[in-house]
Amino acid sequence: MSVQQIPIEQPLLEVRNLKKYFPVTNSLGKVTGHVQAVNDVSFNMKKGETYGLVGESGCGKSTTGRTVLRLIEPTEGETIYKGENIYQLKGRKLMDMRRELQMVFQDPYSSLNPRKRIGHILEETLKIHRIGSKQERMDRVMDMLNKVGFQSEQYFRYPHEFSGGQRQRIGIARALMVDPSLIICDEPVSALDVSIQSQVLNLLEEIQDEFNLAYLFVSHDLSVVRHIADRIGVMYLGQMVEEAPTDELFAQPLHPYTKALLSAVPLPNPMIKRERITLKGEVPSPINPPSGCVFHTRCPHATEICKKNVPVKRNVAPNHAVACHLYE
Amino acid sequence: METKLLEVKNLKTHFNTERGRVTAVDGVFFTVHAGETVGVVGESGCGKSVTAESILRLLDEKSTEYEGEILYKGKNLLTSTINEMQAVRGNDISMIFQDPMSSLNPVYTVGNQIVESIMLHQNVNKKEAYEKAIEMLRLTGIPSPEKRIHEYPHELSGGMRQRVMIAMALSCQPKLLIADEPTTALDVTTQSQILDLINELKVKFNMGTVMITHDLGVVAEVCTKVVVMYLGQVIEESDVRSLFSSPYHPYTDGLLKSIPQLTGDRSKKLHVIEGKVPTLHQVPKGCRFAPRCAFANEKCHDEMPELVQADTSRKVRCWHYKEIFQAGEESPYVSAADSY
Amino acid sequence: MQTTVVREQELSNVKSHIKKERRQLLIRRFLSNKLAVTGSIIIVIILLFTFAGPLFASHDPYELEAKQRLLEPSAAHIFGTDNYGRDLFSRVAHGAKVSIGVGFFVAIITSILGMIIGLYAAYYRSLDNILMRLCDGLMAFPAILLAIAIMAALGPRVENVIIALSIVFTPYVARTVRSSALVIKEQTYIEALKAQGAGATRIIWVNIAPNVISPLVVQATFIFADSIITEAALSFLGAGIPAPAPSWGNLLYDGKMVIFNAWWMTVFPGIAIMLTVFGLNLFGDGLRDLLDPHNNKAKK
Repeated sequence: MSVQQIPIEQPLLEVRNLKKYFPVTNSLGKVTGHVQAVNDVSFNMKKGETYGLVGESGCGKSTTGRTVLRLIEPTEGETIYKGENIYQLKGRKLMDMRRELQMVFQDPYSSLNPRKRIGHILEETLKIHRIGSKQERMDRVMDMLNKVGFQSEQYFRYPHEFSGGQRQRIGIARALMVDPSLIICDEPVSALDVSIQSQVLNLLEEIQDEFNLAYLFVSHDLSVVRHIADRIGVMYLGQMVEEAPTDELFAQPLHPYTKALLSAVPLPNPMIKRERITLKGEVPSPINPPSGCVFHTRCPHATEICKKNVPVKRNVAPNHAVACHLYE
Repeated sequence: METKLLEVKNLKTHFNTERGRVTAVDGVFFTVHAGETVGVVGESGCGKSVTAESILRLLDEKSTEYEGEILYKGKNLLTSTINEMQAVRGNDISMIFQDPMSSLNPVYTVGNQIVESIMLHQNVNKKEAYEKAIEMLRLTGIPSPEKRIHEYPHELSGGMRQRVMIAMALSCQPKLLIADEPTTALDVTTQSQILDLINELKVKFNMGTVMITHDLGVVAEVCTKVVVMYLGQVIEESDVRSLFSSPYHPYTDGLLKSIPQLTGDRSKKLHVIEGKVPTLHQVPKGCRFAPRCAFANEKCHDEMPELVQADTSRKVRCWHYKEIFQAGEESPYVSAADSY
Repeated sequence: MQTTVVREQELSNVKSHIKKERRQLLIRRFLSNKLAVTGSIIIVIILLFTFAGPLFASHDPYELEAKQRLLEPSAAHIFGTDNYGRDLFSRVAHGAKVSIGVGFFVAIITSILGMIIGLYAAYYRSLDNILMRLCDGLMAFPAILLAIAIMAALGPRVENVIIALSIVFTPYVARTVRSSALVIKEQTYIEALKAQGAGATRIIWVNIAPNVISPLVVQATFIFADSIITEAALSFLGAGIPAPAPSWGNLLYDGKMVIFNAWWMTVFPGIAIMLTVFGLNLFGDGLRDLLDPHNNKAKK
């Protein structure tokens, strides 16, 4: 795609022009429109990198994560992993992809089967991929339990005997069982209390170093994403409006939406008084998104051109891309 | 002298459950003055929501027992009759809840619900109530309220519903507003709109506000005074600035350090409070935070500290706060503020 | 190698300890549930009566004694005798085996069939329409009429009563299973399994099935009770267990003709049916409370 950049390293994962439209039906089952949940999103991820995908609810960040993993089939676009489009994989190769790309979910309560022992939940992943003998599988599960901070005897406990933070650690252990190279973390700490949140974030960082993992970290919490991500993509209404390395994004946000988003986060520090950019109105419906730039209905800098032309995401600095007419 | 609106004195709330008696709130003290926002902050299970519900006595009367005093303008709400309570609820003290969807009745229009609550407490006819409802909706920043008033809750977005809830809560111009996690279910940009709104209306009506939240950011933005709770007890009470710059209680300190920051060094590992909050069935007999506290000694494990006056505007429940505070390193918050 | 053995030994100790803990908790919860305890006491009494009753019955349930017709309850015949002079106590006791046996087998068969149909209907949307419309069709007939029609087609035999009642009741079980399975299917852990590449069989049988067992067991208890009633009704109408075999329904049928002369012929089998059904329903209600996870939490 980009000719001017010479890739030093082949990206681990490349998402190209991903689109996902969900049909909307009326009460008679007739399709009356489409929710444009993800609308032409592209980005790539390097080995061992944490890519943060941020935005508010309904911006399509979770759908993007799920579509990358092919839990949802895309409407258009491709995701290249190891040189192959994962939407065309079948059989053995599909299973390999399913092994190497794992996911950690938001809700620590519904993401573990209440009728199964913790050990069996972790072992199931190995069984699905037919890895190891019974004894080997058990040993691996025990090792993994120790790694995420449990004692071996927790093997026989049921999920309801654990707290939210502990369950989330089990969810992480499940994803780690089969040596993945990339884990999609869908709001992994939003359901947790602050003190527990820090435990889980630290664990994610530790295992990242140990296993050389890449994370696609989907979250609405900017301070969490700032802490963990190397690069960040900001999404609004199904589109990626800005993409930059973390420090640069926070030091110098360019897109008006990113600016507003950053200024809206309440800081846990009463000494800092900031100028807050309050956005007017509400996020428009993704069934019928605004023409031109999707943000123009709420943008304090919108001009005529914003209503007509869709801004293209372009690099304004080597790693800093923004989709906004102000920077053309 | 500002008027003392609400005074909670040693509130204890007990539940009788299948598994025995449980004390969800065990020693809560705080005072709210007119025009002041008091933040009640703590993690899930610390009893902050139960405290809010106890103030209005919204808990099941059969299985709940209260102790202590909740004085509203000097009158103890815990000894009031049901009728007196109903006159207070919604009229003098209003409450808004976390989930704006389930706190609105889906089968009535938002207008119907606001009008109902106005007519319940005020001597007005239906037409006046409608006009009042439209005025309240306009006040909360809902565009074209004449139209919106006829819509059903599901036709509104989360932020709009929370505005409706606020409009309803404020329709009788209460003296005291209890907001139980009012922005937790909302996005950040909507959250900042709602917080601004609450602040604005607070000044306009000179209301006292109790802001129940787990988000220290929200506390720092809107509160003047903070009460920190842990396992049913108030463990620290302070004005907001002192709390963030120099927390006395080790739990408050740990909590502040464990949140990722939007400014400053981000490569540092996050602080972790070891262990987890015990359940209410196994409350430690000494200081409740002792099993997780790095400074705990024998005394902490054996004897429960009382909430004591630490200096003029601050109270703390810790045996060692003086030593810890003097020995403790500079809080990162002061330096972060300087460098900003 | 040595360490692995030690570790395994340790772990199996832990496992048995945890199991014991869990069992004790379950027993405690069961004992604190009045409905379940009362229900199971009644059921135990009925079962004792079913299996031990015939031993105490000094008379053959089929033995005709013309001289002893329609005797009132007395020391010799504690439930009295019927219009052929057969001992009513021994007929009720033997009938219990037939009636309860029918209920039991119907409960088992409908559970298995209903589970399979319900799970697959929930998992595959294309199957759902076909299977559920089939169930709707069956459920559109009043249970008793459908049972009579099937009996008419199959002929009067005990096995056929079981088949007929199973056909009648399976749709109810399938519906229960399906609705629970639909909820489970939307849980995140099912999505997690799909993300890991798990196939449909693993998801359905290893992960969804154990979660629908509790509502299924509760439903099976009610089906048990319903089958006893429906069998009685079938036999009472003459479309059930063929005479002279004693079933509670047949006994009622016999009693019908002499209801004004011999109250005991209808009262005793009636009480037997009522007690059994009452016990089963109590037990089912208690079980539902026990197994419902919402009741496990401390009530506020």
